[in-house]
Amino acid sequence: MADIKELERIASQVRRDIIRQVYLCQSGHPGGSLGNADLLTALYFEVMENDPSFNMEGKGEDIFLLSNGHISPVFYSVLAHRGYFPVKELATFRQINSRVQGHPTTHEGLPGIRISSGSLGQGPSVACGMALAKRMNGDDKTIFVLTGDGEQQEGQIWEAALFAPHNKLENLVLIIDDNGQQIDGPTEEVLRLGSFEDKYKAFGWDVMNMDGNNMAETVKVLKEAQAKRNGKPTCIVMKTEMGQGVDFMVGTHHWHGKAPSEEQTKIALAQLEETLGDF
Amino acid sequence: MLSLDKLQSTGKKATRDGFGAGLKAAGDKHDNVIMLTADLRGSMKSEDFINTYPDRFIQCGISEANMIGVAAGLATSGKIPMTTTFANFSTGRVYDQIRQSIAYSDKNVKICASHAGLTLGEDGATHQILEDIGMMRMLPGMTVINPCDYNQTKAAVQAIADYHGPVYLRFGRPSWPIFIPEDQEFVIGKALHLNEGADVSIFATGHLVWKAVEAARELEAEGISVDLINIHTIKPLDEAAVIASAKKTGAVVSCEEHNKYGGLGSAIAECLSKNAPTFQEYVATDDTFGESGKAEELLEKYGLGVKDIVAAAKRAIARK
Repeated sequence: MADIKELERIASQVRRDIIRQVYLCQSGHPGGSLGNADLLTALYFEVMENDPSFNMEGKGEDIFLLSNGHISPVFYSVLAHRGYFPVKELATFRQINSRVQGHPTTHEGLPGIRISSGSLGQGPSVACGMALAKRMNGDDKTIFVLTGDGEQQEGQIWEAALFAPHNKLENLVLIIDDNGQQIDGPTEEVLRLGSFEDKYKAFGWDVMNMDGNNMAETVKVLKEAQAKRNGKPTCIVMKTEMGQGVDFMVGTHHWHGKAPSEEQTKIALAQLEETLGDF
Repeated sequence: MLSLDKLQSTGKKATRDGFGAGLKAAGDKHDNVIMLTADLRGSMKSEDFINTYPDRFIQCGISEANMIGVAAGLATSGKIPMTTTFANFSTGRVYDQIRQSIAYSDKNVKICASHAGLTLGEDGATHQILEDIGMMRMLPGMTVINPCDYNQTKAAVQAIADYHGPVYLRFGRPSWPIFIPEDQEFVIGKALHLNEGADVSIFATGHLVWKAVEAARELEAEGISVDLINIHTIKPLDEAAVIASAKKTGAVVSCEEHNKYGGLGSAIAECLSKNAPTFQEYVATDDTFGESGKAEELLEKYGLGVKDIVAAAKRAIARK
């Protein structure tokens, strides 16, 4: 059984790391990162079989790909605490000569990163390729890929949405961060996305729903999706709150790509327990 | 050592047929070679590979962007994916996908592009890409290869499967003279000297290599000695071969089925301006789109024929 309290403690540290990374370099994307702290913590510390000694191919491992690369602070914090690279390296986020780039890349050799992302819409296609390769290799592990909801406005997303069910990629789990916000405002105002559930069902996917800021539910749904093998890929429509964990950042696109001031950082950190030690 | 008298056409086949033959050979050697296509398997002349290795063939449908991403994922997992479609849809349509998911992600993907250039013919300018070498050459880490006949294309496919790293392989649609010896070794990044000469250097790539051979014969008949060099790998450029030839002759012509901007001519000019400044004449399209027509008609209309190479060589020599 998962120790939900312990996972929540890790997620609290991850949220502190997000705020401190973005504050230190005065740039980056705290809102979506905070919203996804529970998801990535659940994946890396409970759900996925993953090896922090890291090899690119990941044979025999579950794989996570981040397609919405701008929420890199949450990815970096989880990878570092999981042991992929030294936690102190988080202090170099977005600084010159760092492996911890603004958007994740394989190019600087940071362990844990398998694909560069930032230009949106490409991750699901790469995940399809990795899911195909696992099947070819007789590897029964699962590929997870996360996209933003605004990211679903990219056309390539729907090419992959056709490809995965056609090829019966039952080892593929696509998670959509349905926080209803994108840079220019609510998705409803920028470009309405309609029902992800109806769309993905129509494309031939199994669709599950979860509250991505409820750790127990997140772990449960992810494990169900991971175990499922019925000839269909799975789409999890995950409700989150952008900025979850910091009261003045919750539920608004205002903090999509903005760094907090010194005063705001103090207020934010006061709301997040330091559980594993700050970098 | 090759020379003009040894470069005789032994028949005609399309370079895309060479791709199909090379793919089958590469697939025989490497059990992780995977072919992907975007609804153009018939055009890629690869039925031999597909029938022999049906589990290593992935039909992506008319979804080129997704195909590039799927290839990146396969490469991440240790496969050697070869994406196939027309050159236009292999490059401009998916430039950002190639840039981020393949080039910047350091993936071992081979982008295999048929129907490049004017010689695609009747379909016209929407399909006749003349900017692809430039686009692909700009990407950090990308190797760019444009073989000239069936035999060289077949050899190139096997060479890129052996090589680890992203590659853009450009070939074409029409039936074309076969003149490179079947046993000629293909070395990525190494120019192939086709004829030793002293008066003018002609550097050619792709279909125009055969045109350059014919032009060189005419020039030699007029007493002009031609140093003829096949640049099949435009990036990385064999700079030593280019510099040595330019220093020897002092007059340079570049020949390509591509816009004069960004392609082989540009690569040679960049190299020579740094190392051995030499007057250069370009046989290339003149910053224009193509149009419908037969391959030979188009080459003639757009200034890529034998007579154009001969004239360019004489202009280059006159400027010495």
